[in-house]
Amino acid sequence: MTALADAPRSPDTAGTPDPGPVEGLRARRRRRLAVVLTTLAVLLVAVATLALTLGEASLAPGRALAALFGAGDAGDVFVVHRLRLPRIETAVLAGAAFALAGALFQTTLRNPLASPDILGIASGASLGAVWALLVAGLTGLAVSGAAFAGAVTVALLIWLFAWRKGLHSIRFVLVGVGFAYLCSSLLAWLLARADVREAQSALLWTVGSVADVRGAELVTLAVAVAVLGTGVAVASRWQAPLALGDDNARALGVPVDAARVVSLLLAVGLVAVATSFVGPLAFVALVAPAIARRLVDDGGAALTVSVLTGALLVLAADVVGQHLLFGIQAPTGIVTGMIGAPYLLWLLATDGRKSLA
Amino acid sequence: MTDVHRAAPPAARPDAAASGAAAFGAAARPADVTLRAHGVSLGYDGRRVISELDLGLPAGSVTAIVGPNACGKSTLLRGLARLHPLDGGRVTLGGQDVGALSRKELAKRVGVLPQSSIAPDGVRVAELVARGRYPHQGWFGRHSSTDDTAVLRALDATGVADLADRPVAELSGGQRQRVWIAMVLAQETDIVLLDEPTTYLDLAHQVDLLELLRELNRTRGTTVVMVLHELNLAARYADHLVVMSSGQVVAEGRPGDVLTEATVHAAFGLRARVVPDPVSGTPLVVPLGRAHTDGAT
Repeated sequence: MTALADAPRSPDTAGTPDPGPVEGLRARRRRRLAVVLTTLAVLLVAVATLALTLGEASLAPGRALAALFGAGDAGDVFVVHRLRLPRIETAVLAGAAFALAGALFQTTLRNPLASPDILGIASGASLGAVWALLVAGLTGLAVSGAAFAGAVTVALLIWLFAWRKGLHSIRFVLVGVGFAYLCSSLLAWLLARADVREAQSALLWTVGSVADVRGAELVTLAVAVAVLGTGVAVASRWQAPLALGDDNARALGVPVDAARVVSLLLAVGLVAVATSFVGPLAFVALVAPAIARRLVDDGGAALTVSVLTGALLVLAADVVGQHLLFGIQAPTGIVTGMIGAPYLLWLLATDGRKSLA
Repeated sequence: MTDVHRAAPPAARPDAAASGAAAFGAAARPADVTLRAHGVSLGYDGRRVISELDLGLPAGSVTAIVGPNACGKSTLLRGLARLHPLDGGRVTLGGQDVGALSRKELAKRVGVLPQSSIAPDGVRVAELVARGRYPHQGWFGRHSSTDDTAVLRALDATGVADLADRPVAELSGGQRQRVWIAMVLAQETDIVLLDEPTTYLDLAHQVDLLELLRELNRTRGTTVVMVLHELNLAARYADHLVVMSSGQVVAEGRPGDVLTEATVHAAFGLRARVVPDPVSGTPLVVPLGRAHTDGAT
């Protein structure tokens, strides 16, 4: 066994065993995590650089980076700072938020299918936004506000229906699936009775896009994600014992109901904030944490890796949707759906017997 | 109002340093860490399973709780472990109300292995065992050398040190159960409660596991309390036997005194012969089937 071979061989003093295997395993875990995080960070920077260069005015990477730091001609600086950078930042923030939310939902509810898309929380946001646009005739930030309210309302309703002397995972998921159907029916109804042109713009809110988020909106998104992310970092200590089941977590001293409520509140907050600016990006919250857990594979929640995976996924999907679909421009949410759906099928086909049964 | 325990004020805490020291040097038997139920009532959704039950679990011994299906033995264990809210009464640990302890404080003193635990995908043996250190770590606590020593001791004591690097999901049922017990031992508590730890194991592995638990009791002085199905094994490995039926304690004491034909009939409604176990001398329950009702021997 390599762990034993690597470990410093101290003479076994009475009763204190050599801490080799435990320390060795932990060191290897740390190395693997470092490799995964570094790789994801490098990929993220590479795709972000690519996103800076691509567009109607194609910039060489050198020029794009120069413009990023304020050098070069004013046109380049405008294109990079006003058009491309906000979009990249939005993609990264939204991807991180969705992935973190998904990771929290999945570990807290101990269900790899638990994610805001499937639980109807994202549909709640769509419903709120579409209602604001088509029925209330609102525009701009008010639509975002309505999306936020929609997500939070659905989450609270699921909660209300699922709570029965504590929060039971399976109940929460089943009630959520019910609300997802309810929301999509209402959405379809709203879109069906709307004027075709209005419906066109509303439709974007059912798909999601990272375009056109800038200035104050972008700052709000960044601050909200940072605050909620800090909350997640604090609450992350509960995730490992919670993953062992309620009884084991309680036996280890975790206040299970409180831990679950706090974790889910943070997750709902992240989804509500992200969907209120970019709409529901299909499958990101479901797929990014699943990929992250597979990369880390230590039975943990893989929160940090999820953040980078989600950011990378959304950013890459946006680059593909904007530039690489043979002349067609697709909203980000369509591309994430196109990546996510096959992945979900693959997950169900290959892993079903082991972790979903 | 779902959790009776939580209603109690968390003010009265034990001397943390003293309990920590006692937990770590588990071999030195503390004065009185008896876990005791005082008029405890337990139930589900208003349906009473146990009413006003009194029971003391002797410190430093192996206690087995046996009884027919649905007699409330697992519920009682869960109530003692604070996994199930009490409908009435209280549980004390060394005279102190368990409900007054924080969950974490209790987790430093009482370890629990619930029925059928499932390990998360990908987790390795040493990592799962290390999760037993949770109650000893601060909010942002990293693993200390104390934690590592406790994990190693637990791995050694349960004989799974060689498997430290293996994914838990790849182990056999018997090995996996040892790993879960190692996780509970890594908590370094004076008392360990186990809910049917031998379920799903074949006879050889059942014996193996019970030998292990008794060995832990003898070498570390750990108080072991377990719910068991198998009467004969319970009689062989327990110092103290509690027989339950319909939410009541029918009999308790040394297995040799307790496990009589009358008790077996009263608790299980089973007519049986009780003879000395040819190996250990403890009572051996031999059921009388319909074909042998006349006790022809």
